[in-house]
Amino acid sequence: MIIQNPSCAGAMESNDILIMLHPSEDGVQIQLESKVKKQFGRRIESVIKTTLEQAGVTSTVVIARDKGALDYTIKARVITAVNRSLGGGSYE
Amino acid sequence: MNRFYRSMLFIPGNNPGMIQNASVFDADALIFDLEDAVSIDEKDAARVLVSMALETFDFKPSVCIVRVNPLDTVWGREDVLQIGKYHPDIILVPKADPEAIGTCHALLQDIEKENDFKPESIRIIALIESAYGVECATEIIKGSSRVDGILLGGEDFTADMQIRRTPEGRELFYARTRLATLCRAYGLQFIDTPYTDVNDLEGLTFDVREAVSLGATGKAAINPRQLEAIHRGFEPMESDVHWAAEVVATWQQAKEEGKGVFALHGKMVDAPVFARAEKILKQVEAVRGEELINHVE
Repeated sequence: MIIQNPSCAGAMESNDILIMLHPSEDGVQIQLESKVKKQFGRRIESVIKTTLEQAGVTSTVVIARDKGALDYTIKARVITAVNRSLGGGSYE
Repeated sequence: MNRFYRSMLFIPGNNPGMIQNASVFDADALIFDLEDAVSIDEKDAARVLVSMALETFDFKPSVCIVRVNPLDTVWGREDVLQIGKYHPDIILVPKADPEAIGTCHALLQDIEKENDFKPESIRIIALIESAYGVECATEIIKGSSRVDGILLGGEDFTADMQIRRTPEGRELFYARTRLATLCRAYGLQFIDTPYTDVNDLEGLTFDVREAVSLGATGKAAINPRQLEAIHRGFEPMESDVHWAAEVVATWQQAKEEGKGVFALHGKMVDAPVFARAEKILKQVEAVRGEELINHVE
């Protein structure tokens, strides 16, 4: 599935992550901003990628702004962003 | 009654930081709130976040409750259908009336069947917050065999009654006594409304005392700072526990000697006194999770 509608979920607040999905046809590309990127960047990207795979998303550009989110929050925000995109998208 | 909850702490359902730290507060039960604590445009996000939290964390020994949105809204049914798959211990049904309880019961029945969960393992607490709810509380209780108790929502109730909520809470006297009596009659828990001024711990202590004196079994909290006063208020005093242990031990001895009535420190102990002592120990057992009655020597 290719993301057709831009969408976002989450927040730029501590323990949270803002996930923005953009349409793309070049596979899944992740642009991550995080103060803990050096320590946990690969882990965060892996959770985003796996969650998108499980949701059946094969192509999108993900802009992720992390503020120290745990895996369960990253997963939840990605799922919500995908659902919102499928529902028509909401990009604010 | 399955378990005794002195405290139920509300946790906003779209706040990852509060959710992941919820178990450190030692509340007897946690209420992950998808209703009032979540703005309309974040209802979907909160539902997913709480689902992932239930999948990921073990909040034990706190019991996990999820307050869904009212079942006559566009979010309510979806909340139950999504959250139910992650097996919360209890669904808190807001704006409870017999119809809402019946709907929730039927949805949970389907979820348990589809997911191979034990039948009726997901319980219900009815959040009564209207004059109609108070008056048809019996039908609400009878509306589902899953109902474990009632929580009184004081703010909405007083709004519905068009009366002012005061720190003294006199305006809640009827609702509290009616619901406490009803819950006692059916062996259910009655959880009192939260005290909304989180900075007034003296007022909270008074409010807890009032709730205990009217028969509440626990109280909801909206801030972790309120838990200590609530726990203190709902626990029997140490002197009462000591007295109860002595009564139960002496009763067992008297029974072996064929006596139905005896004196302890010059005061008569008969069946009702024994029952009260046993109740105190059971209450402490439920809170501390230890067996006291069998260990009394």
